[in-house]
Amino acid sequence: MEDYKVIDNYLMIRLPNEIDHHKSVDISTKADRYIMTKKVGNVVFDFERTTFMDSSGIGIILGRYKKIACFGGKVYAINADSRIRRILLLSGMQNIVEIISN
Amino acid sequence: MIEVIEKRNTNKTTNEMRMEFAAVSDNEAFARMAVAAFITPLNPTLEEMSDVKTAISEAVTNAVIHGYENRNHMDDRVSMTCTLRGDVLEVEILDRGVGIEDVRLAMEPLYTSKPDQDRSGMGFAFMEAFMDNLEVESEVGCGTVVRMCKKIGISSWIDSEE
Repeated sequence: MEDYKVIDNYLMIRLPNEIDHHKSVDISTKADRYIMTKKVGNVVFDFERTTFMDSSGIGIILGRYKKIACFGGKVYAINADSRIRRILLLSGMQNIVEIISN
Repeated sequence: MIEVIEKRNTNKTTNEMRMEFAAVSDNEAFARMAVAAFITPLNPTLEEMSDVKTAISEAVTNAVIHGYENRNHMDDRVSMTCTLRGDVLEVEILDRGVGIEDVRLAMEPLYTSKPDQDRSGMGFAFMEAFMDNLEVESEVGCGTVVRMCKKIGISSWIDSEE
């Protein structure tokens, strides 16, 4: 299954097992390429595979939010386990990301 | 009962490890996994394990991208010392990079010196939230040392119950 997929106006990103600074540069670059070339308005981060994330993950979300929010786009987080949720909430991300519970 | 409490509060070093690695981003994962393996005998909960890994990841990432300005030189070194005193883990992460001019400002949540690079400014805030104690010392041109500690595992509680 592909990690980046465009469905209608949504860019779906399947995040890797571990998200840190080392991985984040690549994710941000690829996501931006899709946002620019496919002209998607919204971004969905899928945490299904993710078991570890540090503040670099917050950086990825904030950076993409800044790119699409000015055009009315929205950012979503799906399949986030309790650990990922805790990190999102600790950073105040609930005001920026819609965290969708299953 | 008194004996158990004394044992729990002991300051004696029970284990120690020190490692030094090149300040490249690949080593962020290596460093947090090494510490995770080091504390495994203490039977940490999943949450504690995750907390420690996140804090280590933040500190090492800071050394790599801020201390050594992401330049990926093999001569740039990060050293990490982990000490166990009973069930308390102490970690010291040191770099000899550019240092931090204003430590208090750097520690403010959401403050980042590199807003253009997708940094969230939450590094120190996460270290503070996920560990029991955090100390940062830095000198411009000399480097930065981050010291953190955290009580690990429920073994000592089980001991005192028995």
